[in-house]
Amino acid sequence: MESLNYKERYDRNFNTFSPEEQAKLGASTVVIIGLGGLGGGVCEMLARVGIGRLILVDGDVFEVSNLNRQLLSQEHLIGVPKAETARDRVKAINSWVEVIHRVEFIDGKNLYDQIKGSDVVMDCLDSIDTRFKLQDAAKKALIPIVSGAIAGVTGQVTTIFPKDKGYSLIYGEKSRQQIKGVETKTGNIAYCALFTAALQSSECVKILLSRGDLLRNKLLIAELWTNIFEVMDLV
Amino acid sequence: MIKIDLRLFVTLSGYLPEKNECLEIHENTTVEKLIRDLGIPDELVKLIFINGKRQGKTYHLKQGDRVGLFPPVGGG
Repeated sequence: MESLNYKERYDRNFNTFSPEEQAKLGASTVVIIGLGGLGGGVCEMLARVGIGRLILVDGDVFEVSNLNRQLLSQEHLIGVPKAETARDRVKAINSWVEVIHRVEFIDGKNLYDQIKGSDVVMDCLDSIDTRFKLQDAAKKALIPIVSGAIAGVTGQVTTIFPKDKGYSLIYGEKSRQQIKGVETKTGNIAYCALFTAALQSSECVKILLSRGDLLRNKLLIAELWTNIFEVMDLV
Repeated sequence: MIKIDLRLFVTLSGYLPEKNECLEIHENTTVEKLIRDLGIPDELVKLIFINGKRQGKTYHLKQGDRVGLFPPVGGG
């Protein structure tokens, strides 16, 4: 909608963001790897915030078991590629966002090509070994990662810059990784997924604006049964 | 004996003795021994935080320590 007025669209972003900061977000590129419980929420929030270019990557299609938590999933979209739905959603929210969607599986081989040229990588993956592969690619491409992970009603978020140790501080040595964490036993609950996605989106904006405190070498833990919200030092 | 504040996260919470988060243990107990004494399989603990800082299993526990043990969390 060309007729929409810039100032009006982002009116409620001001003056939390200055006009210069809003313009900076509009000139930024963010790649979202994984468009499930975390990625769907991140997609929604970054589109509304006004990131200029979003690259959306996921090779999966929606399944019935996604409906309990994944914002982008709907009953009539079962079997539809998540990346296509994410593109449609972003365009419906904010047609000014340039969207590149890739219906591609994330197996490590093509990760560098999927993320290069971005300002921030959003790790919304659902397997631990692929997170290490993403970290390798992001180190090579010199791009910071904002990582979210969930199990049940527990969420964790960290920010990893190319020179940081990153995932080995959280999951142990790369060579000894299991594919999945305890989420295979707990499932994942909608409000935990979206809460964690919100924290990731906040980290992304802070990196892009060089503003605020980052969760670099820190792990934010949220446990929603007991209302524990704590930032732990990883080094 | 010393007292520690113990938090077990996600699937580890089932190993908490009698829902009692303030646990009495012998002085100088290592985290490794604490994990064993609680009956938690070693490979289930991926992250250990003492007073908000990541520590290894050889850490010797002290009076009043806040201990958090985490399994691997990887879902998205």
